[in-house]
Amino acid sequence: MEPFTTHTGRAVPLRRSNVDTDQIIPAVWLKRVSRTGFEEGLFAAWREDPDFVLNNPAYDGASILIAGPDFGTGSSREHAVWALQQYGFRVVISPRFGDIFRNNATKQGLLPVVLPEDVVERLQDLTEAEPKTEITVDLVERQVRTGDQVYPFEIDDYTRWRLMEGLDDIGLTLRHEAEIEAYEKRRQPWLPTTL
Amino acid sequence: MCPYNETSSHNERHPEAEREEVVGAMGRTLAEKIWEQHVVRRAEGEPDLLYIDLHLVHEVTSPQAFDGLRLSGRKVRRPDLTIATEDHNVPTVLGPITDPISRTQVETLRKNAAEFGIRLHPMGDPGQGVVHIIGPQFGLTQPGMTIVCGDSHTSTHGAFGALAFGIGTSEVEHVLATQTLPAYRPKTMAIEVKGDLPVGVTAKDLILAIIAKIGTGGGQGHIVEYRGEAIRKLSMEGRMTVCNMSIEAGARAGMIAPDDTTFAYLEGRPHAPKGALWEQALEYWKTLRTDDDAVFDKVVEIDATTLSPFVTWGTNPGQGAPLDSVVPSPDDFDDPIERAAAERALQYMGLTPGTPLREIKIDTVFVGSCTNGRIEDLRAAAEILRGRKVVTRTLIVPGSMEVRRAAEAEGLDEIFKAAGAEWRTAGCSMCLGMNPDTLKPGERCASTSNRNFEGRQGKGGRTHLVSPAVAAATAVTGRLTAPADLL
Repeated sequence: MEPFTTHTGRAVPLRRSNVDTDQIIPAVWLKRVSRTGFEEGLFAAWREDPDFVLNNPAYDGASILIAGPDFGTGSSREHAVWALQQYGFRVVISPRFGDIFRNNATKQGLLPVVLPEDVVERLQDLTEAEPKTEITVDLVERQVRTGDQVYPFEIDDYTRWRLMEGLDDIGLTLRHEAEIEAYEKRRQPWLPTTL
Repeated sequence: MCPYNETSSHNERHPEAEREEVVGAMGRTLAEKIWEQHVVRRAEGEPDLLYIDLHLVHEVTSPQAFDGLRLSGRKVRRPDLTIATEDHNVPTVLGPITDPISRTQVETLRKNAAEFGIRLHPMGDPGQGVVHIIGPQFGLTQPGMTIVCGDSHTSTHGAFGALAFGIGTSEVEHVLATQTLPAYRPKTMAIEVKGDLPVGVTAKDLILAIIAKIGTGGGQGHIVEYRGEAIRKLSMEGRMTVCNMSIEAGARAGMIAPDDTTFAYLEGRPHAPKGALWEQALEYWKTLRTDDDAVFDKVVEIDATTLSPFVTWGTNPGQGAPLDSVVPSPDDFDDPIERAAAERALQYMGLTPGTPLREIKIDTVFVGSCTNGRIEDLRAAAEILRGRKVVTRTLIVPGSMEVRRAAEAEGLDEIFKAAGAEWRTAGCSMCLGMNPDTLKPGERCASTSNRNFEGRQGKGGRTHLVSPAVAAATAVTGRLTAPADLL
């Protein structure tokens, strides 16, 4: 996973709330067995509308998505994160994320940033008025900055450290294999096995 | 309202991290008890490392996970705590998978299961079925266990007093490799259901009403525990329906404490403990309840006595209303974001404010899914369809081949066929548009599944979530209908 410290880029204002993962990546795309090639499927149904914000060439090359509350609700499909990243997004900003989506995002290094609703709307207004607006997302300082405005955001120390180092969860866990073995020895005897 | 709107400090804990224990030992909730019981390792400033008692696998979210194992030269740590099935892609008529991409995905799971030594129930196997139906069916889902799957409706298993939740593909790989999951303990929410459900109001109506009340973000960051007499009176299948849709309220997991209903359901199932182990297990399971002096982070009360058959009109599971009422107007919503969402939804769904919900014409009825694809659901549908004919296209999809056999032993299939409905084989079917059972653009469906998102059942498809009884009654009249309307 690529380390994430600070990222500056242009943003897309997505004026929708409750963007569920079926919208982010429709089910038909989940049939793929590889981890790549999902950029075509990002918001596939909405992109058929020529007026959809991602179809506006002014936003080409944007790497930050600014969405309404309850982004990423619904299905646990991590493919939603892959689609966003493969399309080119490195950050999603929203007042509230679906839990599973937020978790999946941090596994892949797509940074989910929670900002208050009024701030999100202000940023959407800004990027709608001027698509070339540059926004900086600074994970080190835990700030979103644009022009002379500074918006702090919260993220727990551990996730921040893991994203800044670009570390893989499995490797980190296997450092504690002895503890896993110790736990296994004291599991209750009636617990079922499948084989 | 954003809960994280506080000034930043550099010693921040995850918003879901355990709250400080209050001085003067307080009781613990069921969720906390199970969580603590499964902590392999805890370190300051890090997520807990949880042991996973059961890992359910299906063909959609596992290919890339197994690939990851292969690439890093790792094995599955506990094949004996892992079980796989084919459900999302499979057709629900006998025969091969015609779509080459679906076929590849299913073949990939078969290859992976063989290579990594995982038990698999493929199409054609008598144990095959929807992943959240076969776990309980085999007695693999038990109280006090941690259960995960690369599927958000894993919350279903919480009906047994298990801690069960959905995970993404990277976490699937993590569990395969280590049988553990790093996680922060979510907050706890009690949903107290007061009074008794009126006659004709089912578990599905209850959970739809709950989601309409607290919204699709209402449970976010929380494990929900459903409590109260009405919950105690639900059968295990009813409890599974309720817990299944916890995710639609944004909850991390949903649970119901085990009781005699739970134990009776489990006793004798293939993987339930037997003999002395059964007695030991029972003694432990009886301790699995929230202490009387435990404090939940949030409490929501629902008055069961006011409920009636409930349906959705919109494009998220929270956009629902009693079947007795009318399509709302965007102006009914004070919050500008909800108002905009309602406008969008009404446009997509092709509905006019003020239209009685009973007047909405339905093209297709789907009875099935991990929400309502069990034997009691089929019995409820059969009860309505006995001696009647359907006017809509009607798919009856048993959630597993075992449910199918049970239904046939009771003659339910004959009732369905005589009514003109299609009697199918087991799979996720029309819940989610990944297999041949899909809606055409503009087609309107009364569905016993769990999501009514735009395009969920097929591009441009329009979904109304309902209970099995309402689905069956709707098939008879061709409009959204309650069973009582047919009398």
